[in-house]
Amino acid sequence: MIRHAISNLNAWLAILAVVLSSSAGDVLLSRAMKQIGDLGQMRSRRGFLFVTLLILRNRYFLLGVACMAVSFYSLLFGLSWNDVSLIGPAAASLTFVANAIAAKIFLHERVDGRRWAAALFVAAGVVLMAV
Amino acid sequence: MNLRKYLVLGGVTVFAPVGDSLLSYGMKQVGNISLHNIHSLFFAMTNMWVALGIVFLLGFFASYMTALSWADLTYVLPASSLGYVLLAFIAKFLLHEQVSLTRWLGIALVSAGVGFVTTGPELTRRPPRRHVPGDRAATEHS
Repeated sequence: MIRHAISNLNAWLAILAVVLSSSAGDVLLSRAMKQIGDLGQMRSRRGFLFVTLLILRNRYFLLGVACMAVSFYSLLFGLSWNDVSLIGPAAASLTFVANAIAAKIFLHERVDGRRWAAALFVAAGVVLMAV
Repeated sequence: MNLRKYLVLGGVTVFAPVGDSLLSYGMKQVGNISLHNIHSLFFAMTNMWVALGIVFLLGFFASYMTALSWADLTYVLPASSLGYVLLAFIAKFLLHEQVSLTRWLGIALVSAGVGFVTTGPELTRRPPRRHVPGDRAATEHS
């Protein structure tokens, strides 16, 4: 009983950590890539090595990767305590909503009705698929 | 949107669920990791399935970065969520698992979400200037 409660608590703490770090990482990575520009076009013009170096020296990219690393280890931690059918969908669906909010606030993306609907539909769908 | 861009979104869609499934399979073999024994998370990576999962997730990361270079975050995330639908079809037709009615409803909702977002523009256009005013980091790289 107590072990079950600890397992659930650890799983939800891991989910919270995944949602927060993954949203921060997504926003930072998106910002980095918008600064750099279309990778496909740039690679054909300047070469693969140039593009790789350009990405690796972008500070938003490095911060984003650090957040993603935290998210990854939180996910591994969570998976060791509970099933992927709880951790995966719960973290993913909450991340969709958190990302839509973060993208509007920090990236000033135009999150119109269509995009809100998409985020909420996907989040709800992910939850239903786990039931 | 052209074929190359759809292929990149396809990469994001396919690599993530396959990588996550491999990680899950590997972590079940590794066993529970407590907060007191947190360093064993690093040793978990020596498990073959976890390592293979990481390779797939690197593939996902490369396609994801490419997609983010020409599309909004709020476009890429829902558009690439078809991976969940793909997982359900793999479960039904390859692994012969029972897929419940609520799960099919979930698949319908995810597909509707993908449909909503992909009919709109992929990037927020800001004609006057590309970067936030006063953002020195932004101008350094342009």
